[in-house]
Parts: sequence; structure tokens; C-alpha cells
Amino acid sequence: MKTAVLVFPGSNCDHDAYHALKHVIGVDAAFVWHKESSLDGFDAVVIPGGFTYGDYLRSGAMAKLSPVMGAVRRFAEGGGPVIGICNGFQILLEAGLLPGAMIVNDSLRFICDYVHLRAGTDRTPFTRGIPEGTVLKIPVAHYQGNYYADEPTLSGLEERRQVVFRYCDPEGEVTSASNPNGSARNIAGICNEAGNVLGMMPHPERCTEEVLGSADGRRLFDAMVAWLGERTA
Amino acid sequence: MKEKPVTSFLAREHGLSDAEYGKVLEILGRVPTLTELGIFSVMWSEHCSYKSSRVHLKKFPTKGPRVLQGPGENAGIVDIGEGLAVVFKMESHNHPSFIEPYQGAATGVGGILRDVFTMGARPIASLNSLRFGRPEHPRTRYLVSGVVSGIAGYGNCIGVPTVGGEVSFDECYDGNILVNAFTLGVVRHERIWLGTAAGVGNPVVYVGSKTGRDGIHGATMASGEFDEKSEEKRPTVQVGDPFTEKLLLEACLELMRTDAIVGIQDMGAAGLTSSSFEMASRAGTGFVMDLDRVPQREEGMTPYELMLSESQERMLIVAKKGREGEVREIFEKWDLDVSVIGEVTGDGIGRVRWRGKVVAEIPIAALTDQAPVYDRPAERPEGQDALQRLDPAGLPAPSDLGETWVRLMSCPEMADKKWVYRQYDHMIRTNTLVLPGSDAAVLRVKGTGKGIALSVDCNSRYCSLDPFVGGMIAVCESARNVACSGAEPIGLSDCLNFGNPEKPEVMWQFRSAIEGMAKACEALGVPVVSGNVSFYNETMGKGIHPTPTVAMVGLLEDASKRRVQGFSAEGDLILLAGADRLGLHLGGSLYLKEVHGKVAGTPPPVDLAHEKRLQEFLREAAAADLVASAHDLSEGGFACALAESCISRPGGAIGARVLSPFPEATRPDFAMFSECQGAVLLSCPPSKRDALLDLSRRFRITIMELGVVGGEHIDIEGLARVGAAELRTAWSEGFATALGLEG
Repeated sequence: MKTAVLVFPGSNCDHDAYHALKHVIGVDAAFVWHKESSLDGFDAVVIPGGFTYGDYLRSGAMAKLSPVMGAVRRFAEGGGPVIGICNGFQILLEAGLLPGAMIVNDSLRFICDYVHLRAGTDRTPFTRGIPEGTVLKIPVAHYQGNYYADEPTLSGLEERRQVVFRYCDPEGEVTSASNPNGSARNIAGICNEAGNVLGMMPHPERCTEEVLGSADGRRLFDAMVAWLGERTA
Repeated sequence: MKEKPVTSFLAREHGLSDAEYGKVLEILGRVPTLTELGIFSVMWSEHCSYKSSRVHLKKFPTKGPRVLQGPGENAGIVDIGEGLAVVFKMESHNHPSFIEPYQGAATGVGGILRDVFTMGARPIASLNSLRFGRPEHPRTRYLVSGVVSGIAGYGNCIGVPTVGGEVSFDECYDGNILVNAFTLGVVRHERIWLGTAAGVGNPVVYVGSKTGRDGIHGATMASGEFDEKSEEKRPTVQVGDPFTEKLLLEACLELMRTDAIVGIQDMGAAGLTSSSFEMASRAGTGFVMDLDRVPQREEGMTPYELMLSESQERMLIVAKKGREGEVREIFEKWDLDVSVIGEVTGDGIGRVRWRGKVVAEIPIAALTDQAPVYDRPAERPEGQDALQRLDPAGLPAPSDLGETWVRLMSCPEMADKKWVYRQYDHMIRTNTLVLPGSDAAVLRVKGTGKGIALSVDCNSRYCSLDPFVGGMIAVCESARNVACSGAEPIGLSDCLNFGNPEKPEVMWQFRSAIEGMAKACEALGVPVVSGNVSFYNETMGKGIHPTPTVAMVGLLEDASKRRVQGFSAEGDLILLAGADRLGLHLGGSLYLKEVHGKVAGTPPPVDLAHEKRLQEFLREAAAADLVASAHDLSEGGFACALAESCISRPGGAIGARVLSPFPEATRPDFAMFSECQGAVLLSCPPSKRDALLDLSRRFRITIMELGVVGGEHIDIEGLARVGAAELRTAWSEGFATALGLEG
């Protein structure tokens, strides 16, 4: 079982994702440079956070043009699990692998803080075994995490059970006070129709160990390992 | 294009005195070219030469068993065991941040990061110390927003967590804010690189961003003087590009894993000039450089401009001969410019060529060794005695102590700084074990069980009243903060922010502060391994408080023994260690300033022998798991320290019921808000009480049992009682409210 951690110019959560996978979860992981055009031999793909190309254009707008994104598209079409975290989510949006867009936080400021998430579906490889309604404590760190999509798209996401996480309070209530960035319908993470591609603004790789304040992020990677295990079995 | 002829008048415009210009003529044996004049003027500037501070900086202890590199390199290096070392430095970016807060602060962060990774270390944490004018000053809100978002913009993008710092406000900074940035990196001993240009024939390689006209020092001169085309005046503040710096960081670290290079240095202040001359000076070599090969962002740049540009995100590398290809390959992979611009020579001359002719030819040893050194006159200011006079008995007593307490906890100096640090990515790299908001931040060192504790401190009110004692306090307090977290201070970096050194009273402040700091460093056994001096922090003749900021680095052999300032559990006992250090010290206190509008008196006294014992006791108590929390008494005295331990916990506010540690007859406001040096508020589970008291006797630390954690009120019996939640709300909202910022 081998996971790919993509590295673009300006990725900066690549080491954190690698550490979580390799040293905490204990699965094999390797960095994959953005100029690679193949993901052969990998069982899962992590697109880590960061500021690819400085986010000087729209977040993710440059990174989507890298050769490796063609391989990601093929990998996703083949049903392989892909998780885009923070800037990785933004890249998936720009690449059209997920619907919608990101705009600047409604506070117009960068936010780094722990938030609570309410799980919306267990149908992705990363949330298998995390029942709907589960509350997870996972940090966010972003300037452009205000998820936007038009109303029909949002309704479509809900109807097709593609809303994977919403911002909520510690009790699991989805309220406007618990929405850190103004995201439409408190959306923190969504998946594609097939369910194998997940994009989320919060950083599960930052909270896989209790010493860091929460180990809830570990549950996503454990779920991924279990899912891959079942698939190969 | 004709160059303006060099004269003593032009030299003066470059900041060189007549005597200094005379020395230039003597060294060269001729009139310098304009480029040479520029080189001398920046190399002999206060910023690069430390000409007014050098004689005093020598007073710092800079050696110790752990010190691998003291002052003089890009950053200091201290051993942390297991073949690892920490590399750190603090630097000021005060003037640029006042002119253009976002870019000024951002490039301050970028510069200090380069100082650390140029030595081979991966930066793992940044801190900053920020001082602004009065919150109600019309420019303050703009400056705070700009500086904070500049630090965030650069640090977050490059992916180095900003884990702590300090923010304070005083009228003396109205026209001169302070932005001091600190970065720490970790390196394996064998991967340490220095800024040296050794090996005759080795190529000199330029990497990173292209050179533009930004930040050229001659801000006072019209560019028309050296170019007949009258150009627009360029802003002197550089513009940062954290994305390019991220690429530069990764490319440099990748290159340093090879052995293709000999030395490397950041092009910081004075850019290509200081990096080339300093590297050759350290190696005792010379160099020849061809400026036509410097990657350029603008057309028609003169050699003067190319040598003096402070464009950001550039490095100068001396590679091994024949290994240029490897350097090129790595930098091209990261889409960065790379160009061989010269080579190392053995004649001790720095030779600069441009369009086929030599535009500068300077003996390097003379430039660096004969740089001016001044022992400037120092004199205690006439007004110092008047400043130190304070009659506490004459201060009106507040009618409602509870209300005063809430007011102090919500003043911007004391209030929660979450508005600030929420904008900094403080978790990236997943090492931050103690998040911002405690006495010290603590980071783990992956692959070991060790932790690094960091704190940055300076009480500039104390320093203005007595710079010697204030200097001692800056060192003691930062070391105490680190000790509260359970760590041993192993080294410090400083940023010495002062007014105009040509004024004897400023020089007296400077000398006194350094002597106080040095004395405390000696007593606590902490070496100064890096730092920076920022003079001329004056506007319209009015100087700032002397502000010698100290960034302390502590080591926890076992990171699991770390402690925080917030109380941990209901029912824990509350104790005060160093209770005999309490006294009615109102001088320079937050209470005196916020409530009575005065900065007067003398700072609280320091007992260095006690301080050392106290800090050893704190470490031992943490290591033996005898304490649950530790928080030192500083601004706001006993009452504010107690309140902080109750309300700054991640789990939300908790109450406490305690006795006052002061005698019953003490005036109540003084008992609550007097400040002192050497007292620490502890909490422990009742089961640990006896062992903790035994330990305190072993270290001869006076300890007083005060009360218990729990309940919904913070109650100092007989003095004041407030709701913990109410206090927490006032403290959480105080910062944004005082500055009129959105929460």
C-alpha cells in the first residue's frame, strides 16, 4: 500500500502529510514532483496544502496546469482515493475534479484555529466508519477558504450526499457562529459524485497525534487504509 | 552615462564623515569611484559595521559548552545533543515597517528566515516582538493591521509557523514602531554551512530572484545624480516574495545535502556588497565579479545600483570548482535564476567589473578591519532622577478594585492576542506542542524526545526608568518564561532598539542596558549567540524607550515534561514560589501607567542568585511532575498573573480562591498590582504538595500556599472577586476593542 504526496512549487504541508502517513499511520508514502506525469504504483493520492505559485493568481489556478494533474485525473477516474487538503482542495476545484470555487474569508483575514466539523457522509474512502453526525476537531489555516457555488450546485451536492464536512459548534450544531470563513451552507469539505475524491479546507494531517491537541485527523487516514485493505482483499 | 564626481561632499551625503572619507582615500590611495564610495558607505554604515555598538557588544558572554557558532555569522548555533543543533537570530525591521507596514514586516520575516537557512538549517519556528504607539493614535490601527498581515503573509506562505511573540503599545513608539523578527531552525552538525569564500579559483554563484532597484540605500539622494535620465524616486522599502523564498529555501537545502559548495550567504542588507565582501573577509581571500552576469529585473542598472540593491530572496554561493553544474541543475529544477558571476582570488582584493572595465577594486581586509569603531560619549540624562521619583502614597486608590482588575486585563498590552496570532499559521510543520498564549511556546524536535521552548521579552518601561536593571530583567524574564515551561535556557538572541547613538544620553542607555543584560547572562549561564542593533529610532528628535528585546531559547530534554501557564484541574492547589520577592514595587508598573497615567519610579529589584535557584527549581519541579502549571508574575502583578492562569487555558475559564500573598495591612491596589522579579504562580494536585514543598526547601525557594483552583469566580480574599467568565470575555475582546478592529 503506497500513498503519493504531491509536491508543487509552493506546497508547504507536504512534509506534514508525509509525516502523518509514514510515521503516525505507518503506510508507505513518497513525494511526487509536479512534473511527473504518472502515478503508477500508488494506491492513494494526497494533494497537500500550501501556496502553490504563491497563490498570486487564484489559489490552485497555476497548479492545475502541472503535468501531474493529468495523472491525478486518470487516477480519480479509475476510482482511486484522492484527498485534497486546503490548497489541495483549491487545486481540485480549479481542475474541475470538484464543483465550486473558493473566495477570500469573509473576515478578509487569514485564520489559523481549531474548528469543529460535522461529518456528513461515510461514503468516501476517508470517512468510511465515521458515521454521519460525528463531530471532529480539526484545525483550519487559510486565507481563501470561503466555499462558493451557485444554489443549484449546492442543492445538487446535498441531494447526492457529496457534502462530507460542515463547520459546526462543539456539540455538532451547524450554526453561522461556527462558520469561520463564510462558506456557503457551512461547507468545509465535499466529494465528487463517485465519492472517491475528497476536498476539504481543514487539515487532518495536522492532528493525527494527541500531543498536538487532537488526533481526530487520524481517523480519515485510518479509514483510507481500511478502505484500501478491503479493496485489495 | 557620466558618473557624478566623488567628493567629500558626496561622501557626506552617503553618511561618511570627513574623517571616514579620509580613511577611504588613505586605503585606496586615490579618489574612489562612485561604486566604491557606495560600497564603503554601506559597509561602514551603522547597520553593517556596528561602529557605535561594537565596543559594548564585546561585554556579552558569547561562549559556552553548547555554543557552536557565536555572533559574527549569519546566525548563532547552539548544540542540543544527538548530533543536532538549533540556529537562530532576531533582527529588526523597524524603519521600513513604519513607512510601509505590510512589506516592511514581511521582508523582515523573509530576511531572518534566510539568515537561518543560509546556515543549512530548516526553519521550524518564528517569533516576533512588536511595539506600536498609543492604541488611540490615528496611525496605530493601520500599522498594527499592516504589520500583522505582513508577517502572516510571508510566514504562512513559506510555511514556517509563527508560534509566539509580544505586542505592546506606548506613546514613545508613536513615530517609531518596532518590528523585531526571530527565526529558529534545526540542523545536523555536519550540515552546517558558513558564509565563507574559500578556495582560489572557486566559482561565485548568484542564485534566487533577479536584482532590481528596490531598497538602494541612497534614499536621500536623487537618482538623477548618478544617471542623467531623471528617474522617479524609488521607495526604499523592499518588496517581499515569499513564494520565491520558499523555492529558494528548498533549493538551498537540497544543494546543501550535496558537497558541491564551500560557503553561502544571504544577500541581506547591502545586498551583493556585504555578501561578497564579508565572505571573502572571513576566508582571507579576494574575488572578482562580473556585474553583467547578474540576473537583472530592470534595464540600464548602474554598477552602483547593482552592488547596493537590496532586492529580496537572493543568495551568494561559493561552489567547488567544476561543480557549478550541480548547483545549476538544482536551482533550475526550482525555477530560480542561477548565474556564475565571478570567482575567488588569492590577492585579498574585491574586484568588480562592469561592461569590460573595473568599477571597484578594494582591499578587503582594509575595508573590514579598518572600519571605524567609536566609543561614543555616554552620559546619564539630567532628567533621569526626576523620572525615578515616585510617591506611591500620593496615588488615589481606585474605588472598585474588581473593575480596575477587569480594566487592566482588557488593556491591549495585557489582553488576549488571539486577534494577532490567529492570523499566523502557528501549527504548520506539526511541531507546536504549546500553542501561542502561554509564557513560552514549545515545539518538539521530530525524531527525538526533545522540545524547544521559546520566549521573547522586554519591558521597555523598566528600561526607560533604569536601563541597567531593565536589561537584567529582559534576560531574567525571558529565561524565567522558558523555565516555567520546564526548559533550560541555552542561548539567546537580541534586538537592541535605541535612539540616536550620537546623543550621550542614548549611549548611556545603550551601555547600561548591555551591562545589565551581560550581568544577567553571566549569572544565569546563558550565552548571547546572535543579534542585531537598531539605532536612530527617533522621530523629530524624540527617541523611543530603550528596548533591548531578548529572544530566549530553551531546551527540554523530554518534551513530555512541558508545562503551561493555565491551571489544569479543579481542586489543584495554588502556590507562590519566590514569595519573598514580592514588594510594593509600583515603579514602571502596568497599573501605574494604565490607571494613573504615569511611567515613573524604579523597576522592581533583581536578585540574580535567587533567579538562578528559582529557575532550577522550576525545571526540577516540571521534570519530577510536581507542578501542573507555572506562570511568572510580570506586568500587572499578582492579580493579573492569577487571572491569566484562570482564563488563558484552552479549555475555557476556571475560577480560583486564594489568599493575598501580601500582609493584611497592605494597601489593596498595591497588593494586587505591584510588580516584582522572581516570583512564580504554581499549581499542583494535592497529592504532590509535600514533595513540591520539599523540593522548594532544597533550592531555598520561599513558597507560600495560597488557595485552590475551582469555582466560577476568581477570588482574592478580602481584596476583589470577579466572575472568571466575565474576566475572560473582557480579556478576549480587549485587544480588538481598544484598537477599533473587527473582532
